[in-house]
Amino acid sequence: MSNILEIKDLVVSYGGIEAVKGISMEIPEGEIVTLIGSNGAGKSTTLKSIAGVVKAKNASILLDGKEIAGKSPDYIVSAGITLVPEGRRVFPNLTVLENLKMGAYLRKDSIKDDLDYVYGLFPRLKEREWQLAGTLSGGEQQMLAVARALMSKPRIIMMDEPSLGLAPLVVRDIFEIIKTINQQGITVLLIEQNANMALKIAHKAYVMETGLITLEGTGKELLANESVKEAYLGKSK
Amino acid sequence: MSNYVQLLLSGIAVGSLYALIAIGYTMVYGILRLINFAHGDMFMMAGFFLIYIAAIPNMPIWGALLLTIALTVLLGFLIERCAYKPLRSAPRMSVMISAIGVSYLLQNFATYFTGGLAQAYPAIPLISNKIEIFGVSTKLITVITPILTIILVVALVLFIKYTKIGMAMRAVSKDFETSQLMGIKINRVISMTFIIGSFLAAIGSIMYFSYYEQVSPTIGAMPGLKAFVAAVFGGIGSIPGAVIGAYLIGICENIIKSFPAIADLSNAFTFVLLIIILILKPNGLFGEKLSEKV
Repeated sequence: MSNILEIKDLVVSYGGIEAVKGISMEIPEGEIVTLIGSNGAGKSTTLKSIAGVVKAKNASILLDGKEIAGKSPDYIVSAGITLVPEGRRVFPNLTVLENLKMGAYLRKDSIKDDLDYVYGLFPRLKEREWQLAGTLSGGEQQMLAVARALMSKPRIIMMDEPSLGLAPLVVRDIFEIIKTINQQGITVLLIEQNANMALKIAHKAYVMETGLITLEGTGKELLANESVKEAYLGKSK
Repeated sequence: MSNYVQLLLSGIAVGSLYALIAIGYTMVYGILRLINFAHGDMFMMAGFFLIYIAAIPNMPIWGALLLTIALTVLLGFLIERCAYKPLRSAPRMSVMISAIGVSYLLQNFATYFTGGLAQAYPAIPLISNKIEIFGVSTKLITVITPILTIILVVALVLFIKYTKIGMAMRAVSKDFETSQLMGIKINRVISMTFIIGSFLAAIGSIMYFSYYEQVSPTIGAMPGLKAFVAAVFGGIGSIPGAVIGAYLIGICENIIKSFPAIADLSNAFTFVLLIIILILKPNGLFGEKLSEKV
């Protein structure tokens, strides 16, 4: 299977501190790839620099073999990469529908079919179309954040901690949705604290520690790995 | 009776002018969290633009008006690009100091260029004509100002509510980074905000100086400050708030001016009002709450 996205030697520093110290990743087309690791390991920074909102010090990021490192966020969105940010970050002062329209900001074609598509995935959003996004529950906001990202018709959807702060039942729904989206042909790059669930659905996984990739393998391999079990899955030896 | 009508008419007219300036303050604050101290001076510059352009031989008055608006908008756009955009990731205080710098730059430039003396504003035909309503004789501008202001405010509110760029403005005002993730070019949205603010300031300037008939290099300061108070009163960031605040200040000021014993205190009233609002209701009438659902 060919790689849709290749990241080589990504280095990002914040005010003199290197948050990401030269990582390389390969994201095969049509797969779910997860990046796990503890707080402050540099996972969010990695996704933000792929999305172009954080400038990398040094990087090569290839989308279908074409360099996109250093491009502006709007270029990267229109190239087909979207990021669902950590903490959902819906626009609270906009209605659900307006949030979805913002997701399709760069598109000039009709978005009617896509609205129907995301309302099909998340019927709750259809019911709350005219409500301000700030009044939604946490789970609904997360669904809106995912739906908004889908409105840009991405080829790759990156998600930063989609299960953060949500009730276990809602977390299960979110993971079901991730699988559904992936089955429809969208490549997923997922960051999770909930390593157990993430590794179960991931085709491929990376472990990141203090700015470096320390382990990689299939989801199953890492689930069985002793040091991963100990550090991220809360199981003793 | 006619005395009260006179007071109310001029109060509403002055309030409308404050409203047009206040919108510029409040929109820029809503997006950049910046008090654009140069905004009052933009208003002054627009005044001088018309004086100099109207003095060009064979220049029709409508041409001078359009050119004045265009130049003011261009100036607002350039100020943002040169003085604020390079400081986008700097602390907010730096941008504010830059704004104060631009304010003094404009005032001193105008003093240097004009010699510092007040200059007479050209009479614009039709709107400077006298009319009589309810037994009160006044300039037509007193009546046109509130009507035009309301039309512009309604148009602006609809623009922000229903257009894509208006939606983007609301999105950017809440969250820069997420807006970028949507592919919104935030610099364009910010430029648009300054363009709208400068446009309204230019219209306000034309009407204000048609009424007061003189422009001097520091004349922008007082209406600018009062418009700022209006914006704070209404809840900075809120357009309807700024408009209501502006009318309130305009009308109260004119009522105070009508009592000879306290007429000199009409400016002081505005700032006492500011202090009271800041103590009692720091977010203003329609201000956003600071707490956010996480």
